[in-house]
Amino acid sequence: MLLRVLPIAAALLVLAGLVLLPAAAVIAGAAADGSAAWWRAVTDPGALAAVRLTLLAAGVAVPVSAAFGIAAAWSLGRFRYPGQAIVLALVELPAGVPPVVAGLATVLLLGAAGPLAPAWRAAVPGGIGAVPGVLLATVLVTFPLVARELIPALQRRGTAAEEAALTLGASGLQVLTRVTLPGLRASAVSGAILCAARAVGELGAAAVVNRGLPGAAATLPVHVAELHRRHALRASLAVSSLLFAVALPALLGRRWARRLRAAPAPGGGR
Amino acid sequence: MSVELRGAGKAFGGAWALRGLSLAVAPGELVAVLGPSGCGKTTLLRLLAGLERPDEGQVLHDGAPASARALRARNVGLVFQQVALFEHLTVAANVGFALSVRRRPRREVEARVAELAALLGLAGLEDRRPGDLSGGQRQRVAIARALAASPRLLLLDEPFGALDPRMRLALRRWLREHTDRSGATGLLVTHDQEEAFDVADRVVILNGGRVEQVGTPAQVFEEPASAFVMRFLGAVNVLRGRVDGGRAYVGDLEFAAPAGEARAPAHVFVRPHELELNLAAVPGSLAATVARLVPRGAAVRVELSAPPHGERLEAEVDARRGAALLAALRPGLRVHLSPRRVRVFADPGAAAEPDSLTASEL
Repeated sequence: MLLRVLPIAAALLVLAGLVLLPAAAVIAGAAADGSAAWWRAVTDPGALAAVRLTLLAAGVAVPVSAAFGIAAAWSLGRFRYPGQAIVLALVELPAGVPPVVAGLATVLLLGAAGPLAPAWRAAVPGGIGAVPGVLLATVLVTFPLVARELIPALQRRGTAAEEAALTLGASGLQVLTRVTLPGLRASAVSGAILCAARAVGELGAAAVVNRGLPGAAATLPVHVAELHRRHALRASLAVSSLLFAVALPALLGRRWARRLRAAPAPGGGR
Repeated sequence: MSVELRGAGKAFGGAWALRGLSLAVAPGELVAVLGPSGCGKTTLLRLLAGLERPDEGQVLHDGAPASARALRARNVGLVFQQVALFEHLTVAANVGFALSVRRRPRREVEARVAELAALLGLAGLEDRRPGDLSGGQRQRVAIARALAASPRLLLLDEPFGALDPRMRLALRRWLREHTDRSGATGLLVTHDQEEAFDVADRVVILNGGRVEQVGTPAQVFEEPASAFVMRFLGAVNVLRGRVDGGRAYVGDLEFAAPAGEARAPAHVFVRPHELELNLAAVPGSLAATVARLVPRGAAVRVELSAPPHGERLEAEVDARRGAALLAALRPGLRVHLSPRRVRVFADPGAAAEPDSLTASEL
């Protein structure tokens, strides 16, 4: 009895201390000055610009990560070739690089003296701003997330269903679109949600880019940090509450994706 | 369609899974591939299906190299051992897959799915997902899926494994009828000798990636080509003896043996139903002691010991015709064995093989 109660109590205590308490503090702080003040803070032009940029960053990061993830999973999970281990390690690498470093790399590449600056200047009218920098930094930090969900899923599933589809007369494209991709749906959804959450919440890279490149481009986390630095505590809490609004659907989405995946494994009859 | 393997072999990571395999299957023939696990049965099917390319030799479909035609054009139906259903699709979409990738009209696909569902007892399950089916139902979906495009070559890899005995028997009978009716060529991989003998026109026995024997069920059972085939097909007694210039000796018994080595140890094989029991000593018999009597329906299995030639022997006595003999038998009784028929193989490894492979364990 004690063995069951103690761990549960400990887990609940940690949850309360580390999750519920801070969350309640933020929401209480955001609501402390009343709904009018909250509304003013979140409709402030700076906040609205931050919301727009954050949604844009997520909107770019997710498709890039999904496209890369499918291609990488297909080539790494399905075929064997020399040097594959190195490519797999490269896919894992960005996860181990601190976002601040990814931000610095972006600044170095796109900054006035950077090797990519002339190309950017030609491609993006109006010169190099922090906005493309933020987008690039976000992509750098998030692009392997979908691949990292898909590759193990693909390896776990094996090749039997694809081979069955081939013997039944499916073309390579039909195998991909009718068997491989639908089978990976749950993992892809899960990876995309992870990627979106990461893109929205990213501070390190975005902050460095925002400071390092000309033009203002604050994402929501950067905007929150900025408000806080200027001692606008209530406003920063109000904007923070918007981030909660993003985190909750993302969490629910992950749960839903896990349920999709809970479908019985191939070959497991009753 | 006819299929043929000419000296075909397949290696995985430097080890040959199949080696120098030659086999021709005529159109409309149903051939069973038998062998212990790891003998290359599945690799053989995968070569024929075109999922593997041979590392040596050739695979021919209707006399032409199989690789010359795309998988779709070959129209091969393969039922996988691990079933491999499309878990995200309904039963109907699984069964209709081969037709829908060929862009057949929807009405035709639906009609074929309904026909196959009725044939394999899947009616009413069309909208379910594979995850909601029993093991037997899943296997029947896999068979229906492989049949949808009316393949001219049907390859089945242990397709009846997860089924209960009644369903297994019914599907076996169905497979035989289907082959006769459709004229499709069939290859059935199994490790179940009874299943192979039940449905197949011919049986291929594989061992360690090589063909031990090809023949009708009667041929391989009555005239096994090797000690392996003899041991693999049904229960068999092994008597330790010796060969000397075309004769084999076990105690006082003497048999004809393949000409060959002089004075070498040999194993003499006797099927339990070909080992006769006598209460009195007869000329050319071997003394043995009854260990146990095991009634098995129409026959009684008599377990015997006859050292030094064989410790764990079995004789099968017909329960009705041998009633008088059986009434007299009891454990510990001395009896005399006279083999009605033996096979002696010039098998250099035979003497070294362990005794564990005696009849009672097969």
